[in-house]
Amino acid sequence: MKRLPVLAMLLWVCAVFYVGIFLFFGGFLLVRLEVNRSSSCDDLLTPRDEGGRDFCRGEPRFRRAVVLIIDALKIDFARFDARNLAPKPYENKLPVLEEVMSSQPTHSRLYPFRADPPTTTMQRIKGFTTGSLPTFIDVGNNFASSAILEDNLVHQLGRAGKRVVFMGDDTWESLFPKKFHRSLPFPSFNVKDLHTVDNGILQHLYPTMEGSDWDVLIAHFLGVDHCGHRFGPDHPAMADKLTQMDEVIRSVIGRLENDTLLVVMGDHGMTDSGDHGGESLKETDAALFLYSSAPVFPAPGAQAEPEVVPQTDLVPTLALLLGIPIPYSNIGQVLLPLFPQHTGSPGAPPPLSQAEALWINSKQVSRFLETYTQISKDIPAEMQSVLREDFSRISSEFRSSAQRGLPASPELVSSLQGYLSAVRETCRSSWARFHPLKMAAGLAVLAGACALCLAVSELGDAGSLRGPLATGAGLAVGVGVAQLVAGGYSDVSWCLGAFALSSQALFLRRAWLTARGGQSKGGLRELLPQLSAPLLVLLVRCAALMSDSYVIAEGRVATFLLCSLGLYVPLRLNWDGLLLPPADPQKPLGLQPSPSLSPAVVRRESLALLACVAVLAGSLYLSLSFHGCREEQGSCQPSAFLSPLSRLQDSRLRNLHYLLSVASLAAWTYALRRWLRHYGNLNCQAPAVAAARWLLPSVSVCLALHWAVSSTPEESFRSLAQLIGLAVETLPRAAFALLGLGVGLVWLDPLMVFLKPRQPAQPRGPPLPPRYRASTGISPQAELHHLIPQLYQRMRRSLEDDDGPEGGAEGDTRPAVEAYGLGTVYSAPLLLQWGLLGLGLLLLHPEGLALSFLLLLLEAGALLHLHASSTSLGLLQGTHTGEFAVPWTPLVLWALAATQFFHATGHLPTFTSIQWGAAFVGFPKGHTGTLLPATLVTLNTFSSHILFAVGCPLLLFWPLLCEARGGRRGRGSGEEGEDVVMEMRLRERPEQFSSTLLQLAARYLFIHGAQVLASAVAAAILRRHLMVWSVFAPKLMFEASGFVVSSAFLCLGLALVMRVDVAVSRWFKRLLPEQSR
Amino acid sequence: MRDVEINIKGMVSAHTIIAFSIFIATLMPHFFVENYSVYGTHLAWLYSVSGSVAVVNITIFWLLGISPPTKKHTLSYKVSRLVKSCLHFVASCLFFHLVLVLYGATLLEAPLETFSLAVLLSCFTTLRCLCALGPNVQAWIRVFSRDGAMSIWDTCLQITTAGTLIGTWLGAFPIPLDWDRPWQAWPISCSLGATFGFLMGLLVAPGWIYWHRKQLTYKCK
Ligand SMILES: [Zn+2]
Ligand SMILES: [Zn+2]
Repeated sequence: MKRLPVLAMLLWVCAVFYVGIFLFFGGFLLVRLEVNRSSSCDDLLTPRDEGGRDFCRGEPRFRRAVVLIIDALKIDFARFDARNLAPKPYENKLPVLEEVMSSQPTHSRLYPFRADPPTTTMQRIKGFTTGSLPTFIDVGNNFASSAILEDNLVHQLGRAGKRVVFMGDDTWESLFPKKFHRSLPFPSFNVKDLHTVDNGILQHLYPTMEGSDWDVLIAHFLGVDHCGHRFGPDHPAMADKLTQMDEVIRSVIGRLENDTLLVVMGDHGMTDSGDHGGESLKETDAALFLYSSAPVFPAPGAQAEPEVVPQTDLVPTLALLLGIPIPYSNIGQVLLPLFPQHTGSPGAPPPLSQAEALWINSKQVSRFLETYTQISKDIPAEMQSVLREDFSRISSEFRSSAQRGLPASPELVSSLQGYLSAVRETCRSSWARFHPLKMAAGLAVLAGACALCLAVSELGDAGSLRGPLATGAGLAVGVGVAQLVAGGYSDVSWCLGAFALSSQALFLRRAWLTARGGQSKGGLRELLPQLSAPLLVLLVRCAALMSDSYVIAEGRVATFLLCSLGLYVPLRLNWDGLLLPPADPQKPLGLQPSPSLSPAVVRRESLALLACVAVLAGSLYLSLSFHGCREEQGSCQPSAFLSPLSRLQDSRLRNLHYLLSVASLAAWTYALRRWLRHYGNLNCQAPAVAAARWLLPSVSVCLALHWAVSSTPEESFRSLAQLIGLAVETLPRAAFALLGLGVGLVWLDPLMVFLKPRQPAQPRGPPLPPRYRASTGISPQAELHHLIPQLYQRMRRSLEDDDGPEGGAEGDTRPAVEAYGLGTVYSAPLLLQWGLLGLGLLLLHPEGLALSFLLLLLEAGALLHLHASSTSLGLLQGTHTGEFAVPWTPLVLWALAATQFFHATGHLPTFTSIQWGAAFVGFPKGHTGTLLPATLVTLNTFSSHILFAVGCPLLLFWPLLCEARGGRRGRGSGEEGEDVVMEMRLRERPEQFSSTLLQLAARYLFIHGAQVLASAVAAAILRRHLMVWSVFAPKLMFEASGFVVSSAFLCLGLALVMRVDVAVSRWFKRLLPEQSR
Repeated sequence: MRDVEINIKGMVSAHTIIAFSIFIATLMPHFFVENYSVYGTHLAWLYSVSGSVAVVNITIFWLLGISPPTKKHTLSYKVSRLVKSCLHFVASCLFFHLVLVLYGATLLEAPLETFSLAVLLSCFTTLRCLCALGPNVQAWIRVFSRDGAMSIWDTCLQITTAGTLIGTWLGAFPIPLDWDRPWQAWPISCSLGATFGFLMGLLVAPGWIYWHRKQLTYKCK
């Protein structure tokens, strides 16, 4: 059997997939590190300055502010054009802005307000409160809640003692929990509801304004945005909504006092279809309207006005106007028209002049940049040094002019502005832009990798890898060098991309030529598998990843598809006439009638198959009750089994749940041991057997005790608190240690075979050639039913060649040596490892999910038996060729079951549903590092992927195991009628064994890889969809991580099979008597 | 060969009648049920279609004499056959209900709707099997294999049953979508899918048999 080439091939395929995922994420998911520091009034922005404090000095320009956020208020909605006589529904509906601006030009301004992508509401709220450019992943944020941890305006206002009153979109409440003086959130989720939020605000807005219990009032209206999503902007409903907003602004202006600033703004725009999220001008350009009852702006035309105001600029402007520190991570610049050009009138405490405001702003931005570059390498080094020099030059100029007592020159002001814009642009280019080229390259590599899997699965082994790998490596180095020469630095992702693309192209070309060379025509057909029901189901599954509704309902979709494909199996067998024994005895004129084909055997096999389908469907149905709930699924109750037992108040219910969990745990352990015993794998003294005998039950006991201890209510055993604390820590650790020991033992000596010499050594002549039976039982009855005379053909033949006729002359045909468990020599250690791993993963879950894990075991068993039964039905009636190859149907079922149990263990592809409790199993006091908790949480999240990936090779072994039931009797390789050799059959054809293993792995990887590809395509196409950051991007990340975990554990499973193969070879070598050499 | 062509003509007219009866059954309840609409009072539509298809099918199969020849003509034998058929029909309704539940229909929330859909499916599939093959499950299983059809009626049965089941299966797809259409409610899309699939089966079967009449060689009964 070829071991290294198979593993190398597999690793290469996985590596190509990883490169594709890496490339795509490099272009799609922009990562920014959060700086968790806050500004305060006492900060010295530049340590060398002794000029007093920067923030909070003097009297602020405004004491209070009203911020009206009209979601998706596009700039086009706010402009007024009197000449437009036939306005569209969204045009000229806010006349109040124009009226105010023409009657009071020094009181008000309207600007286009440019948002940064991603233009989704939550990211935008983060943007215009922190002054930063939030990306999809702001590392440092904890995923479990969406609260903003970065320094922000709301936080600073609260610290300065301002009373912030909020009303409207409840996203704010989750972003700023408990930060508001008073908060009136309204549900934002239902996009179809245009009025709830707005009417709720209107009920409270005016009374609040008229009262005196506030300093900053934030109201977030959602009607316009929801109207856009529902009807699009070009719809009469939009006109109504905008007219309503017009009235709101009017009434608010009428109630304003002189010390109050009014800000009316949109958080983003919308496309012509009413959506947003992307980076087109229609989506990014919102409106910003500023108004004060007292004049604040210069007369129109007196100063250059900004054409477009970036959204981040609101943050420093509001902060300095209200006299609070600018949030630490802000990179916006102050809006100059709101500040006087010169500190003019003496006497009254002067407000900040433009130059002073800009100077404070620049110092703050420079401080942030220094901090950020210390913790992250996002920003290219040469850019950093340019910016640093820029700042030091400007600051020395500023200081010198300040020392001379001169007002800052206009040049200095513009160079400050230039510095701030440069910083902004630098950050923008590294944080807030998709890289379409990288995304396309990632998709290409992923698609190529899928094609690669298909080619490997259809062609089997396709030659050496040396050529493609060498070319790929060469090209990668070439690309790297070229980048170094051209741009001064090289991007690793492009080198990897070049490597993956070129090597896979070469490989595919060779596969193509091989297929073409084999047959003159139909080369392509050789490469592509026929479109059959399982692939159709896979196609449906991939297509379902493109729709947000199906992603939200993914758990049910997977169950539905699994059920469909499961029911398809017997229907298809019946259609092929294989399910029932041929009705008429005179029928078998076509196929060669096999003498063993008795209707009873066929009927038994069919019944077994139908029973498997029933078990499958039953466990699918039951597993639905373990699902969690997404927030998008309105009326959904998460499963009661998902909450830890200790939270249950009712003690009887708690005991019941506990008993159920322990019972399923016991069933899990018993089933595994029963299986091993049945096939005779528990007879010898090997370490792996000891693991099965002793470790499996003791780990279960550990688990049960741990559950008991951790679910006891704290108050009931106060005296034992210390003991309980100790047990909560040590029991899981003991379980982990035992599991580690068990898996280690399995790897150390995976053979679970017991050798029992049957006859004493014959005194006469040379020793007999040993003959073996792969026994399955231990009792005499079991021997009669299950004993399989196993003759290891090659070896015996070689011995007989040496020994001549003595072997044949031996009258007793019973084997000289019995080897118990030889028939399951491959699957027994694999199954043992599977069981141990399953217990470990169960430990990381809430107790109630033990039931779900039992269902998983049942379903996996049903799938394996289903596959075995349909194979042997095919074999019995002569349509199956006796190849080992695993067809697509069971593999697709197997992979779908992995997805289905991902959901049935209470997981969902959203970050808020990650079971963080897993990190504290065995570590109740928390961790110091991050690696261990991250590993534990990953293992918990992808437990079903792990189990199904490790168990994947069982699909190859199971039909061979089940031949003991009489499936192959008489059709085997044999001169002897009862030659049933189970898994030893694989050793007889080592070449086929290794190529089948490779094929199995390639197909399994293809199924998962196709899903990754589909969700990547969905994320790329729908990157401006309303749901992209809440549905598609998380789904893609879970799918990709699931793939990585699955492929790693698939390789682990295959490696174990190969480890066993090595051990078996060694075992046979040891059995060969020395003399016979 | 001529025999087959005559049979096909019979089949076309029979199918026309069945399709027409479905059409009528969709319109009829207007006169009896207040505020009747296919979506609004879906169960009324469903029962009306099931009933009419059942009646028309039984009549047609009886008139055409396709039902398997009964060996005995005694009354008691006929009655026992009838009882057996009814039992089979009920069992098939329960079976379909079980399958629908296993597919994810909720067991507790809408049992009436699920069961009504099961009845509809039974009328489209099991009832026709009963009429054509009698209460003989072995024969039913035999018919649904590649070379199990023994007459063009068997082939027709294969096609209409497959059409119904595939239509129901496809009908489940729009349910999770967030379009908020009235027909996305359980079980409207599935029953509409089943009806549509059945109609397609009725339409396709004679044509398909006609085009493949050379390949279709039936053993004599
Ligand atoms: Zn928004
Ligand atoms: Zn929106």
